[in-house]
Amino acid sequence: MTNEELKQSLTENFSGAQFEEGGEWICMAVEAAQFRETAGRLRSFSSLDFDYLFCLTCIDWKTHLTMVYHFTSTKYRHMLVVKVKLDRNVPSIDTVCDIWRTAEFHEREVYDLFGVKFNNHPDLRRLFMTDEWNGWPLRKDYEDPVNMIKL
Amino acid sequence: MIEELGTTTEGDLVINIGPQHPSTHGVLHLVVTLSGETIKNVEPHLGYIHRSIEKMCESLSYRQFIYVTSRMDYLSSHINNHGCALCVEKGMQIEVPPRAQVIRVLMGELTRLASHQLWWGAMAMDLGALTPFFHAFREREAINEIMEETCGARLTMNYMVPGGVMADLHPNFVTKVKAFIQLFRSKIDEYDELVTGNIIFQNRMKGVGRLTREDAISWGCTGPTARGSGVSCDIRKLYPYEVYAQLKFDEVLEYDGDCFSRYLVRLAEMRQSLSIVEQLIDNIPEGDFQAKTKAVLKLPKGEFYSRVETARGEFGVYIVSEGATTPYRIKFRSPGFSNLSALNHMARGHKIGDLVAIMGTLDLVIPDIDR
Amino acid sequence: MFSLEGITNSVHHWLYSTFGTTTALLIEMLIVALLAITLFALLGLILVYMERKVSAYMQIRLGPNRVGPAGLLQTAADTLKLAVKEGLTPNGADKLLFNLAPFMVIIVSMLILAPVAFAKNFQIWDLNIGVLYISAISSLSVVGILMAGWASNNKYSLLGAMRSGAQIVSYELSAGLSILTVIVFAGSLQVSDIITSQANGWWIFKGHIPAIIAFVIFIIAVTAETNRAPFDLAEAESELTAGFHTEYSGMRFALFFLAEYVNIFIVCGIGATLFLGGWMPLHIGHWEGFNHVMDYIPSSLWFMGKTFFLIFVIMWFRWTFPRLRIDQLLNLEWKYLLPISMVNLLLATAVAILGWHF
Repeated sequence: MTNEELKQSLTENFSGAQFEEGGEWICMAVEAAQFRETAGRLRSFSSLDFDYLFCLTCIDWKTHLTMVYHFTSTKYRHMLVVKVKLDRNVPSIDTVCDIWRTAEFHEREVYDLFGVKFNNHPDLRRLFMTDEWNGWPLRKDYEDPVNMIKL
Repeated sequence: MIEELGTTTEGDLVINIGPQHPSTHGVLHLVVTLSGETIKNVEPHLGYIHRSIEKMCESLSYRQFIYVTSRMDYLSSHINNHGCALCVEKGMQIEVPPRAQVIRVLMGELTRLASHQLWWGAMAMDLGALTPFFHAFREREAINEIMEETCGARLTMNYMVPGGVMADLHPNFVTKVKAFIQLFRSKIDEYDELVTGNIIFQNRMKGVGRLTREDAISWGCTGPTARGSGVSCDIRKLYPYEVYAQLKFDEVLEYDGDCFSRYLVRLAEMRQSLSIVEQLIDNIPEGDFQAKTKAVLKLPKGEFYSRVETARGEFGVYIVSEGATTPYRIKFRSPGFSNLSALNHMARGHKIGDLVAIMGTLDLVIPDIDR
Repeated sequence: MFSLEGITNSVHHWLYSTFGTTTALLIEMLIVALLAITLFALLGLILVYMERKVSAYMQIRLGPNRVGPAGLLQTAADTLKLAVKEGLTPNGADKLLFNLAPFMVIIVSMLILAPVAFAKNFQIWDLNIGVLYISAISSLSVVGILMAGWASNNKYSLLGAMRSGAQIVSYELSAGLSILTVIVFAGSLQVSDIITSQANGWWIFKGHIPAIIAFVIFIIAVTAETNRAPFDLAEAESELTAGFHTEYSGMRFALFFLAEYVNIFIVCGIGATLFLGGWMPLHIGHWEGFNHVMDYIPSSLWFMGKTFFLIFVIMWFRWTFPRLRIDQLLNLEWKYLLPISMVNLLLATAVAILGWHF
């Protein structure tokens, strides 16, 4: 489906969906509370069929955190970016690793580097840092006088 | 850490494979729970070579950050750099001259060949056949020499810049590459004879580590790992960049999903890469090797994603820019990360020897995973 | 022509004429023991060097070529290094078994040396059940390996030793049955009888089909018995570090290493004896002229030549084939080699009774 058709289909299926303009692909903003349901429908609706989650990351905007999910469909080859705004002090969102198995490791990485808690994740532990590490390294306010070298 | 594995039952053996490992995979630490010789659970412990490249790039300029990606997947360093350069060019709307495009594709395909050669040698070595390793490296030397003449380095060739390539091709490039093509054509057949047709080898790989098509997509596998399960995911075909749209080559798919299919896919890819190099080497257009760009690059505010097909799969570069000279956030979507996450699923129920075979066919490069 | 039996005979006579019977016997035993140990040491040196050079030339490289002319002193340097290395005993290891294991393996290798005929009349002990003795004693090497694996107090060693134990015990069956094939033809278990029965041609030629099948199975089985590739998953470096001898260092490791190479020599020696005629030169039926010419080459040279040819073949296997997995290995033995060797034995018996061999 082309971008316009996709946008139309999404507006029909997800009431209250916000779209961000600009950018190569359709970008949909979703509330954290509705994210899991939206994700499930993106996967299961046969006209959308987003079966491939190819990038899962987080951006620290200093006032809030944003989760960014990139989806594509191997059947229709359309692409979608979903963004979810999270509260910086208590960032938590539902996991999608039972819908897309690849999210398991990606969510662990986001937890490790940003501190986002994924509800119902089977094994939410740090991935790259050691288990006893304090702090969330990729956040903008992360200070580490020992390990960080400021240019 | 081992006591936390609450799923062990009486009589299970928990062993560590790695991080220092005789196989040349890098610093990967696997905690394997065995029941006798059968694997019950494989848990990768990552982070031994985590250098927080993504955070580092937030303080590097747009010209500088490209070269840290050479150190990520060092076997596909050209292709990684290419992905980064493409993203910057997308953001700045820079048009790459045709000569530069062809040179980039040539370098990328030669790198893919070199990476697959090393994979083949290391894979055979993991399974116990120690001789193919030397054969693979002998051919790889030819590519390394070609790279050294033009780019100045043999492994981390910092050759791509936003807008083109850093320097023009060496005068010997065309002759050397042609000589290499002649040499390698016959060598691939030799590889087939030596290893592919060997019945011991086939028995070690057939039926091992099955990954169905749905699982491959769900686990996010790309590259030869997914193509061995019948998933069509070659970025060069689906979302062509540079001159790939005009080239004639096949996307090789196998449908069994076991180690042997992935092996065959990579061998076939070597042949395809060779044919791409052959198509291009006589038709390098004249012109600039670099587009004129400003000295200091500033991407406009926004987000940009570009993807390239490395030897391991889809490498994605996601830049979030606030209009400054350094990126606000960069995310590298590395192919090895998703491929590795499927390891537990593939290895359950097999023996330790099979684990080695499966890791070999996933073609893991740990710095790519840890970033 | 040069013959070692001349030397042995003269020494024997001199000893028995100079000393009393018991003293002479004791001195003879001492001389034989010294010769055996020297042979071991020399074999270790030569075979390790041969392995490194053979593997190097197969892998398009040169191998050792710095220490001594053409690298000939490389193994001596390695032995010196192993001798002065610290021999660590791991914490929690069963000290008695840990120290005993390498000796067990070496002693077994030395014991099998007894019935092997190196040249005409140059055998330590020509007992009437020579081949049975060899078969029986070689089974004891499993005990040494299991002791090493258990006593090391290390998961990898244990895994390696278990695999190795299963492998050796299984392949002994096929090896034994293929040996039996030649015994059926030769009609005797005595080594000297078997060799003299090949005076008009080696069993591999005279026994045609059954003997060739038995030979192939024998080579495969002894490669597995000695833990050589492609059956070397007991020491698979890329999987389990070094298997049952992971925890050994210094002189004890040197003993394991040595025992492995000497074992290869011995099983190839037995293969050469049974199938290729031992020290018997290549005779073709009743071609007297040809046979007479062949006799000019000393028998010790024949034996060594054949043995080293078989050793070369086994080394060739190592650098060509990938490794088999444990279940595939055991599959190969129990489902393929064993039935084939049993049928082959029947075939050989039929051929022997009906007189269809040469």
